[in-house]
Amino acid sequence: MTIEEIKITLTNKFSGSIIENEELSDKQIEVEGSKWLEIATFMRDDPNLSFDQLECITGVDTGEDATLQSRYNLHSMEYRHKVEVVINHDKKNPKVPSIEQVWRIGDWFERETYDMFGISYEGHRDLRRILCPDDWEGWPLRKDYEGQESYHGIVVPKIKEEDEWE
Amino acid sequence: MGVVQGDQMVLNIGPQHPSTHGVLRLEVMTDGEIVSEIKPHLGYLHRCFEKHSENVTYEQVIPFTDRCDYLASMNSNFGYVVAMEELMEIKVPDRVEYIRIIMGELNRVASHLLALGVYGLDIGAFTPFLYMLRDRERILDMFEYTCGARLLYNYMWVGGVSHDLPKDFEKICFGFLDYFEPQIDEYNNLLTYNKIFVERTADVGVIPADVAISYGVSGPNLRGSGVNWDVRKDESYSIYDRFEFDVPVGDGKFGTLGDCFDRYWVRMLEIKESVKIIRQALKDIPSGDVHQALPKKIRPPKGSVYRRTESPRGDLGYYIISDGSPVPSRVKMRSPAFTALSCLDEVSKGWMISDVIAILGSLDIVLGEIDR
Amino acid sequence: MGVLENKFQDNVVVASLDKLLGWARSTSPWYFQFGLACCAIEMMASAASRHDLERIGMMPRSSPRQADVMIVAGTVTMKMALRVKKLYEQMADPKYVISMGSCATSGGPYWQHGYHVLKGVDLVVPVDVYVPGCPPRPEALIEGLIKLQEKIQTERPLTRDLV
Repeated sequence: MTIEEIKITLTNKFSGSIIENEELSDKQIEVEGSKWLEIATFMRDDPNLSFDQLECITGVDTGEDATLQSRYNLHSMEYRHKVEVVINHDKKNPKVPSIEQVWRIGDWFERETYDMFGISYEGHRDLRRILCPDDWEGWPLRKDYEGQESYHGIVVPKIKEEDEWE
Repeated sequence: MGVVQGDQMVLNIGPQHPSTHGVLRLEVMTDGEIVSEIKPHLGYLHRCFEKHSENVTYEQVIPFTDRCDYLASMNSNFGYVVAMEELMEIKVPDRVEYIRIIMGELNRVASHLLALGVYGLDIGAFTPFLYMLRDRERILDMFEYTCGARLLYNYMWVGGVSHDLPKDFEKICFGFLDYFEPQIDEYNNLLTYNKIFVERTADVGVIPADVAISYGVSGPNLRGSGVNWDVRKDESYSIYDRFEFDVPVGDGKFGTLGDCFDRYWVRMLEIKESVKIIRQALKDIPSGDVHQALPKKIRPPKGSVYRRTESPRGDLGYYIISDGSPVPSRVKMRSPAFTALSCLDEVSKGWMISDVIAILGSLDIVLGEIDR
Repeated sequence: MGVLENKFQDNVVVASLDKLLGWARSTSPWYFQFGLACCAIEMMASAASRHDLERIGMMPRSSPRQADVMIVAGTVTMKMALRVKKLYEQMADPKYVISMGSCATSGGPYWQHGYHVLKGVDLVVPVDVYVPGCPPRPEALIEGLIKLQEKIQTERPLTRDLV
């Protein structure tokens, strides 16, 4: 199926949740966050779409207007078609339903996006940090991240702005 | 006589352990020797690759990608430059494509040799480790002859490669391939048909195909479970469509389909296929200038790209977002070993602790790529 | 020299006790394989067929109690730093540390923007020999080990430190 047909199938079933956005490329679909679990289950189980592989979840700090984005790349092994789903979150309180029961790799991918950006996934059974230590402060990959002063007695070096050779 | 009360024991494997292939901590809940749950703890090698890539230019990201998957750094570079060239719509000369494929496949052979040698070491066989590392040294000699480095090359650049092949590279490479092909039979005699090795790996740690796809497992691990998926053939990039090679798929040779022995056997067969590709590429390589298509300044147009390539561990994907400046806005590396490790808990329920080591070795993980 | 001159035959060796102890301790240091990242692969390669580390007496041990030298090969992160210190304290005296590679020496290529990277392992354990390189060649690591052997030979363990 082409991207247009996939968009039409999804818009027919979930008319309120598919958002039209001209800034996205033609391979991307923007979806509203609150219904994401039903849409994901439909995309996996529908016999014409059959998206059984979640390739990647990327968290993005767009840097403007206090938005964070999650981008999900999906692929179907049977039909060999792909699509990218974009969901916008509010930076002050970013949350979205968790899809770890739909694609089992979502478990670790969502933990990583939580660790790096602070997006909380509702319904995730074990949402804790995966790469940074459990008692680390802050969300490292946000553009306004300031490192903490010290960690267990070891000084954490500040992220330098420009090249300084002393 | 009273009833014997059993209790759950928590065993901590790692982070410093000879068999964990790096700094990985496994919290294993066991009932005696039988495992009931495993919780992997990662992050002991988190080196902030993605934060670095937002602060350096596009060319300066390439040495950082080397260090993520340090066993196959040519393939890590390859994935990044393929994604960048798709974003910037650059067409590289044919000679560059052939050189990239030769180097990528040589590094695939070197990486598989190390993976299989260390797997034999985990199971308890010391001799195959020494033999395979001896042959891997010859491949590293060829890399050093071309670009000066043994392990981390910074070889593939956006639009070309850093150094052209030296004059007698083809002669040396053909000499190596003629020496190397009979060695594969020696490895088979030492390890593959060894009764102890087969008993420790056949039927152990079976990953069914649908579980593998749902957990995002890819590469030799997925092919060992019977699924015919190879990015070089199915989402072909560079000029892989000009070469003839088979994709080995596991078939339950000594046990169930999808066990540790199938994954090991798929890697052994892939070494032979890579040798085939290198021979074809060396025969047909055209002449030309490798620095012809290098852009003067890398400023991609605004947009994003996600492209995956086949690394020795599976589907290596790069998601690159550009905002028009010389510095990337976001580079995300989707690492195949991360997804392979995520299915360890499900696969090793009910096996013993030494089987967990055998399963972990068959997944071929590299912690630098998992933690980035 | 009087009394002792020309008294011994050719097969008798006379040496000071310090030098004997130095020779005995330096020629067979067993190393604790603490491979963390890419440098661990070069450490494995230097222990394998071509550059054999066993011919200079170094044997890999996995337990800190059985080792004399700890080769910190690779990047040390904040999460790992506490464990490095713990493992160093578990080693028995006399113990030495070799910092292999530029990440363990000073943070390596991650010195500028690495919020999770420790800028040098000498912030948590005392280091005897630094081996530079990214990654250092096996020959460079062997040179570092031989320098460590020379350093051990110059120690004088029997003499009390002058305060």
